[in-house]
Amino acid sequence: MKPPVLTIESGKKPRLATAALCGCFGCHMSLLDIDERILKLVDMVEFDRTPLTDIKTVGECEIGLIEGGVANTENVEVLRDFRRHCKILVAVGACAVNGGVPAMRNQFDVQDCLEEVYLNGIGVVDPQIPDDPEIPLLLDKVHPIHEVVHIDYFLPGCPPSADTLWTFLNELIEGKEISFPYSLIHYD
Amino acid sequence: MQEPPDSIQQISLTAPPWTDDNESIATQETHPGYALQMHQAESFINELLARADARPASGSLLQYLCLIQRQYSCIPETTVHVLAERLSIPASQVFSVIDFYTFLHRTPRGDFDILFSNNITDRMLGSQALFGRLCQILHVEPGVPRADGRVTVDWTSCTGLCDQGPGMLVNGIAVSSLDEKRINEIAEQVENKTPLKQWPADWFEIKDNIQRRDILLSDQIVNGSAIEALINKGAENLLQAIEQSGLRGRGGAGFPTAKKWRFCRDTKADDYYVVCNADEGEPGTFKDRVLLNSYADNLFEGMTVCAGIIGAKKGYLYLRGEYLYLREALEETLQQRRQSGLLGNNILGQEGFDFDIDIHLGAGAYICGEESALLESLEGKRGIPRKRPPYPVNQGLFGKPTVINNVETFINAAKIAVFGADWLRAAGTEQSAGTKLLSISGDCERPGIYEYPFGTSVSQILADCGAADTQAVQVAGAAGTTLTADAFERSICFEDLATGGSFMVFNQQRELLAMVKNFSDFFRHESCGFCTPCRVGGALINDLVNKVMVGHATQLDLEEMKNIGSLMQQASHCGLGATAPNAVLQTLEKFPDIYTARLANRSFEPAFDIDAALAPSRKITRRDDPGAHIAYEPEQSSKP
Ligand SMILES: Cc1cc2nc3c(=O)[nH]c(=O)nc-3n(C[C@H](O)[C@H](O)[C@H](O)COP(=O)(O)O)c2cc1C
Ligand code: SF4
Ligand code: SF4
Repeated sequence: MKPPVLTIESGKKPRLATAALCGCFGCHMSLLDIDERILKLVDMVEFDRTPLTDIKTVGECEIGLIEGGVANTENVEVLRDFRRHCKILVAVGACAVNGGVPAMRNQFDVQDCLEEVYLNGIGVVDPQIPDDPEIPLLLDKVHPIHEVVHIDYFLPGCPPSADTLWTFLNELIEGKEISFPYSLIHYD
Repeated sequence: MQEPPDSIQQISLTAPPWTDDNESIATQETHPGYALQMHQAESFINELLARADARPASGSLLQYLCLIQRQYSCIPETTVHVLAERLSIPASQVFSVIDFYTFLHRTPRGDFDILFSNNITDRMLGSQALFGRLCQILHVEPGVPRADGRVTVDWTSCTGLCDQGPGMLVNGIAVSSLDEKRINEIAEQVENKTPLKQWPADWFEIKDNIQRRDILLSDQIVNGSAIEALINKGAENLLQAIEQSGLRGRGGAGFPTAKKWRFCRDTKADDYYVVCNADEGEPGTFKDRVLLNSYADNLFEGMTVCAGIIGAKKGYLYLRGEYLYLREALEETLQQRRQSGLLGNNILGQEGFDFDIDIHLGAGAYICGEESALLESLEGKRGIPRKRPPYPVNQGLFGKPTVINNVETFINAAKIAVFGADWLRAAGTEQSAGTKLLSISGDCERPGIYEYPFGTSVSQILADCGAADTQAVQVAGAAGTTLTADAFERSICFEDLATGGSFMVFNQQRELLAMVKNFSDFFRHESCGFCTPCRVGGALINDLVNKVMVGHATQLDLEEMKNIGSLMQQASHCGLGATAPNAVLQTLEKFPDIYTARLANRSFEPAFDIDAALAPSRKITRRDDPGAHIAYEPEQSSKP
């Protein structure tokens, strides 16, 4: 199946939202690494919900970028919310694509993880497993985001480089088929 | 004359030795698997190492581990350290070998270790219900030793008893034709702690079940006559005869045998090896079982002829662990041949014609049928396929030029030596001279071994074995070709349907998706894990097949299966990964309905039950507030 191509009404700027689920924010940092091109990006898109604007709710958008995997209830809700509102949803970085570093806990029982962190870990004071309803509950495993909602594009890398993100956004907004030079998909 | 190789038959077919005194029920504290003292480990290992083996010591690692496993129903940690020290290898290497092979364990199995064969043909004969029943009567959880250490009940990949299944292995020994009555009786023997050798002998009877003979199975040769032909005609002439016969490998790939032997012969080296591939791991294949049982002399004769041609002094029969029960008789045949001057030094009085054969046991790894993985395993290592080139004929076992052939190939070669090239040429087709043994199982009246001239059509074969109302035939095993009825005029030969001999029949009543799932489970389990396309791709495809099975898959998932499958075909390191998606891809194309009938009526469906994935955390935190649940939301998350 071919990934969808973005169509934008002429004269309108596409809206862009981003979110970090269970990741390290490194992918967002990589987006900031486009340096002064961020000014061009501001001209190209209208920012919606994203840590860059601190807007907390997502509106109807053309593009959603997701960093991080799905590890808890909040991640599920944010991700579903993005899927509902974004025409094109993109998995950005190894955590979103595969589960990445956080998924290393998948080797263990979630109970063992919680006990290690909150009961038995070195330097724990007042050991207890948090049970407050305000705290998002952990899924037993960390999942890549495409296992929870449909994803249109995958940008691998930990993180994908600034140039990769820049190239991707430009090609997508220009309605082109996405293609990268070798240097951007070469990882060592 | 060489010492007979160390052999497993010296350890008899009883339950492990410590169960013989009726008092001690092995527990965590007393079971030697946990409690074996260093000095005990040392004396056992000394005994093992004292049995001379021609190989470099570390090359025997796997063989030692098989013997330790058999003695203690696991590899006690103390033995690992002693063995590592004696063989001058790191303990981690020993552990890595243990973890690679399915039949080796770090912690004890039950005194009776029962493994049901998990091929689709066993399932079609009702193995699942029998498995459940045995677990129930014995009060044992699948795969987990019972608390008193008496028994484990588990699954294993195809054990090659498809024509007389369902089959199982008890402490490594094959039991066939299981039914409810036999399961009840087995449970009784286990509860009574009856040593295996006192179980009714007919349970262990494995029939040859030859239904059709052609030249290979009918035209007998006298022992030694092929070797005489070699001596009389000379190596070069005999090699030319094999060349002219058009003999091609019977293991599946069909490489010209004489060419292989000549490449090896022409490689300059101080040592050469002959190896027979008797791993027979392809699901649904059991013809080597029959050849090893009734044509072993012909096989060893063929290997000896090959040795004479390439100049090898040493040969190995790589026998799959599932065929342990054949080993004793094979050792006897080897011994008789030594006594008759057909093996050993100065064979048939020829000064300097020295050759002997050792049997090397596999330990439950399908990948070890792939020739370069087999060589690794013969060297005592994990069975990870090698890079090629170098090819085994140039750098094979222990880096020396090596010929590897299938059992059936060697037997053909022996007979060509006696009867000449035309004997083979008289049967078969232009590109595929001779005959092929087929292992026929599944929905037919007369399963068993059928020998056909190459070029025989599938429909002819179906008629002969009494298959009616056939929906599909799986040729060449789980890795092979799925045929629909409109392809039954195709024929068995290298020009059309190449096969190692597996031929599984499915009638109209069968749910083909069960076959697909079974094969996909198989490949997920058998991937050696070395390369990502196969290790990860195989797991992803398997997850998607399961998603289809439970009715949660969507059209997008089918597309994904095709993408992953085609990637595996292109990018895998060896034939296992390259063929693993075959059944999925072919049935998606030829039997799309078995998938679409089960698709969820949505455009997207999560890969797992999200709310259920929260259950462990709910339990730990004792939460049940609304925030501790995630509602199912198919429509909202469906926006492709
Ligand atoms: C995954 C895999 C499993 C194999 N299993 C077997 C086997 O069980 N027996 C066999 O003879 N060949 C098997 N082969 C083929 C061998 O690699 C090799 O081609 C064969 O032993 C050569 O002997 P031949 O020329 O006599 O056929 C397997 C190949 C692959 C890729
Ligand atoms: S992919 Fe790498 S950079 Fe991005 S969130 Fe995960 S760990 Fe951080
Ligand atoms: S394709 Fe599979 S079996 Fe072959 S090397 Fe790769 S992981 Fe191992």
